[in-house]
Amino acid sequence: MYAFESYHRPQSLTDAVALLAANPFARPMAGGTDILVRLREGHKDYADIVDIHGLPELEGMSADRGELRIGSGTTFAALMTSSLATRLAPMLIEAAGWVAGPQIRNTATIGGNICNGSACADSAAPLLVLNAHLDLIGPEGQRLIPLRGFHLGPGRVERRPGEILRSVRIKSEQDQGLGTAYVKYSMRQAMDIATIGCGAGVRLRDDQSNGIVDELRLAFTVAAPTPVRCPTAEAAARGLPLSQAVKAVAEALDQDVSPRTSWRAAGDFRMHIIRTLAERMIRTAAKRFASSAANHQEARTC
Amino acid sequence: MSIGQPVTRLDAEAKVTGRARYTEDLLPAGVLSAVYIRGSVAHGRVLDMDLSAALALPGVEAVFTHADVPRLLYAPAGHPFSLDPDHADVADRLLLTGHVRFHGDEIGVVVARDELTAQRAASLVAVSYEELPVLTDPREAMAEEAFAIHPGGNIVKQDGFSVGGDVDALLAQADVVVEGEYQTPVTQHCHMEPVVAHAYMEDMERITVVTSTQIPHICRRVVGQALGLDWSRVRIVKPYVGGGFGAKQDVLLEPMVAFLAWKLGRPVRMALTREESMITRTRHAMRIRGRAGFARDGRLLAMNMDAVSNTGAYASHGHSVVSAGGGKLCSMYPHAAVRFHAATVYTNLPIAGAMRGYGSPQIIFACECLLDEAAKALDMDPLDLRRINAGRPGDVNPRSGKPIETHGLADCLRLGRERFGWDERRAAAQITQAAPEIRRGVGVACFSFNSGVYPVGVEISGIRLTLNQDGCVTLQAGATEIGQGADTVFAQMAAAVLDLPVTSLRVVSTQDTDVTPFDPGAFASRQTYVVGPAVKAASLELRARILNHAALMTGYPASALDLKAGSLVATRQPARVFMSLKELALDAYYHKNRGGQLTAERSVKTRSNAPSFGCTFVEVEVDIPLCRVRVTDMLNVHDCGVVINPITAKGQAQGGMAMAIGWALYEELLVDPRSGRVRNNNLLDYKMPTFLDLPDLDVAFVQTAEPSGGFGNKSLGEPPLLSPAPAIRSAVWNATGVKADFIPLTPKALFPLFRDAGLLEGAR
Ligand SMILES: Cc1cc2nc3c(=O)[nH]c(=O)nc-3n(C[C@H](O)[C@H](O)[C@H](O)COP(=O)(O)OP(=O)(O)OC[C@H]3O[C@@H](n4cnc5c(N)ncnc54)[C@H](O)[C@@H]3O)c2cc1C
Repeated sequence: MYAFESYHRPQSLTDAVALLAANPFARPMAGGTDILVRLREGHKDYADIVDIHGLPELEGMSADRGELRIGSGTTFAALMTSSLATRLAPMLIEAAGWVAGPQIRNTATIGGNICNGSACADSAAPLLVLNAHLDLIGPEGQRLIPLRGFHLGPGRVERRPGEILRSVRIKSEQDQGLGTAYVKYSMRQAMDIATIGCGAGVRLRDDQSNGIVDELRLAFTVAAPTPVRCPTAEAAARGLPLSQAVKAVAEALDQDVSPRTSWRAAGDFRMHIIRTLAERMIRTAAKRFASSAANHQEARTC
Repeated sequence: MSIGQPVTRLDAEAKVTGRARYTEDLLPAGVLSAVYIRGSVAHGRVLDMDLSAALALPGVEAVFTHADVPRLLYAPAGHPFSLDPDHADVADRLLLTGHVRFHGDEIGVVVARDELTAQRAASLVAVSYEELPVLTDPREAMAEEAFAIHPGGNIVKQDGFSVGGDVDALLAQADVVVEGEYQTPVTQHCHMEPVVAHAYMEDMERITVVTSTQIPHICRRVVGQALGLDWSRVRIVKPYVGGGFGAKQDVLLEPMVAFLAWKLGRPVRMALTREESMITRTRHAMRIRGRAGFARDGRLLAMNMDAVSNTGAYASHGHSVVSAGGGKLCSMYPHAAVRFHAATVYTNLPIAGAMRGYGSPQIIFACECLLDEAAKALDMDPLDLRRINAGRPGDVNPRSGKPIETHGLADCLRLGRERFGWDERRAAAQITQAAPEIRRGVGVACFSFNSGVYPVGVEISGIRLTLNQDGCVTLQAGATEIGQGADTVFAQMAAAVLDLPVTSLRVVSTQDTDVTPFDPGAFASRQTYVVGPAVKAASLELRARILNHAALMTGYPASALDLKAGSLVATRQPARVFMSLKELALDAYYHKNRGGQLTAERSVKTRSNAPSFGCTFVEVEVDIPLCRVRVTDMLNVHDCGVVINPITAKGQAQGGMAMAIGWALYEELLVDPRSGRVRNNNLLDYKMPTFLDLPDLDVAFVQTAEPSGGFGNKSLGEPPLLSPAPAIRSAVWNATGVKADFIPLTPKALFPLFRDAGLLEGAR
């Protein structure tokens, strides 16, 4: 039993925005996998529901000139079985496989994962690395903003009153010229929240796995109050051979993350895991870059 | 012959299709919901409870507090009643308390038209407390000057035994003496179905409680005791149960729902949330100090153990748990002298009670850690050290003084060595043990257990068989199906004696204390062992009645007749069929001048208790920089006597092994020592492993033929859980050179050990 105060099920996105605008306490609910947990705990903030689950405007995936558009209502299960998404954003698919278990993935949406504002959202690290954009629609119209900066603090995002996330936009990994990797470090291999999540995107200058780092993008979940990119570490790596870059990242990372000590894990332990994962993900991403570059080369020569 | 056949569980299809009905599927019309008001301090006295806001909430029917309940202290532990008052369980509970002894203790109860309303009302009750010192560490609680959590002080009981020789003298003579101090965590059963019950009255006298319990007959007695009612005024109905693992070998909600139904005259249900279930019963955390002396050739001469068991706020099973763990140890290495001392201590933690293994997992963990210390000191293969010390058939158990008729431990070790490839894996693992990142290690550990509670408690089991008109036989057992497959093996046993196909047996899975024969229930891995003789006796009796009726029908003497494959045949010429069992049954029921309903009911007391044995072989992979242990392969080998059903036996073993991996690597209920509050009483923060965290679990059996078991069988319920944890801990030591004297070996606990051992320097 849930303590709903009000529940609306609009038939269109326009109606949904209007309903949200009409009641400042109302919240959109997509899969409900975050909201219902909180309602069960008796949270008053989630008692007025505008159910956007299944709204056609929020469904589906498409690609336009190398840009992938993912409807916010897309479930993780749908993402994982989409050949389009697998081709254009393999990093996001790798992360989707870490979300909960099959039952939750059948229900949980990418839009909910981002708008929930949690520091441990599994889609956050890949979307930050891939410089994803968010397409929001609200009473004042539509806007397209970068995901970076959208997270304000634990459970807080830069979503204006009445706004609904319509889609997530990502330029294909290939067009961005990146090898990528994501791993979630959690106590269990399924049905768990990350202790630390780490995603890396790497471009090397001379297409070799031990080549010079041309660009590094590194993102973490649970390493700070919000999911974060690591500008200091990224800058430190630029222009260095991979093995030196990895060391430089390890030293610079302190500047970018602020893991906390809690009963769940001590800060020094988290920091150790952050450094270890960074090294492993950078190496994996570099290897993938090199092998995809090699494949690309081959494809071009024949 | 149905014994040893891979019979599919009788309830498998009903359960996977959702047809099986559990307690909450059976709610009576008009049922009210009740929710506890729980103490929000770990230790204190309730000074005042303001109920006005709760009572004013529309839909609230009643609120009761500690002032409203019977002043009858009762003992909820699911033990058979003891005629010896010195052996009675500790009666330290009231239905509701004004002295809060753990964070979440039950100080009141709200009854409302629905659960949400009851929860809201409970949250509206303002309570003021006189706060008392919070004791979470048993060492503090045992101190002379410690605040007494109960009037009799904080030590529930302490005692011990010394058997098999003079331990001090043997330790003094030993070539090698090893010692250690080991710690195990508070864990929780995590049964799928939470704690639920409801009660109603159909007349002015008697109360029916429908409940998810392992122990319906014990439950009836305890509800009677708690409410001061004649026991037969209480009727307990136990439908299908979604797991218990010992948590439901305790009387939990039943007295409360009975009390509420009685007070209000209306049906009342309670269903604890997962969060509440997780602080309702737990596994005892223990701290165990041990010393063991060995001869140079590896013979274990003597072992001394001193255990402190943290039972939390109320005794529940209390001292029985640690004491059973010590007692069941002695048949494993029976040539050694053993001295065992244990204290059970109250603290302000949630109540520890029965949980699969019942003290043995902790004691065996310490024992097997000591053996690994010795293997190191003696520079011996830990498997060889165990082989040397394993008992043999005919050895006398120094604790019971009885010969051990079937002792398959040495054979289990031999079989496991081959099947697991111990020697090859051990050698292969060694090559990885200097690697900076990924290392492998192997471990082995043994266990012994019992097959019931005799002679500590009575072993009594009742079976009723009824021949139906269609020739099928209905079986009623007092022993309970709680997911372990008991009904199926009972049917197999009866089918074997009656020479009927298992499909001709109809097992009544529900126990109803008004009609079900007496048996205390599912615990102590007892049921297959002690029900076996009762099934056998009842089946033989029914068979005799059937043959007698066949004699009436055919005019031949019963001795000339036999029941074969569902037909009545001539003993000398089994091919000569007189009639089917169905034809006989119709005659017995409906012939106007002869016969009657053919039934047989037997209640049998078992006066033996066969120890069972086994061992675990395990390989782990340790990711050193990530401080993470993964079990890559695990084999359990069991001597549980004759395997009645190989599929369900394997499933039982795998379930126990999985649970043990949780205990060794993942699970612990964490308590804030200052507030006494449990931090992770939910399945997100309590890290019970998932399928992806478990390896393939291999199981093998060494089948001995136990003469005291009805069908040659011994226990298998709890044993699979007993030996994996020390084997895993040993494998981690083998892989990394880091020896942990505690479980669970979580990454955050291994991190400081790995760092201090210099293992993380390569990874900076
Ligand atoms: C058992 C379990 C396991 C889980 N495991 C994981 C895990 O491993 N990794 C992980 O990252 N998460 C996990 N989660 C959390 C959750 O499933 C995800 O965050 C999920 O993606 C949320 O999506 P939803 O559609 O269910 O969101 P909802 O619960 O419907 O909504 C979540 C929040 O987002 C807002 N919202 C939803 N959609 C929109 C929209 N289109 N526009 C604006 N606001 C919107 C809602 O108002 C709400 O505040 C788990 C949850 C459960 C219950």
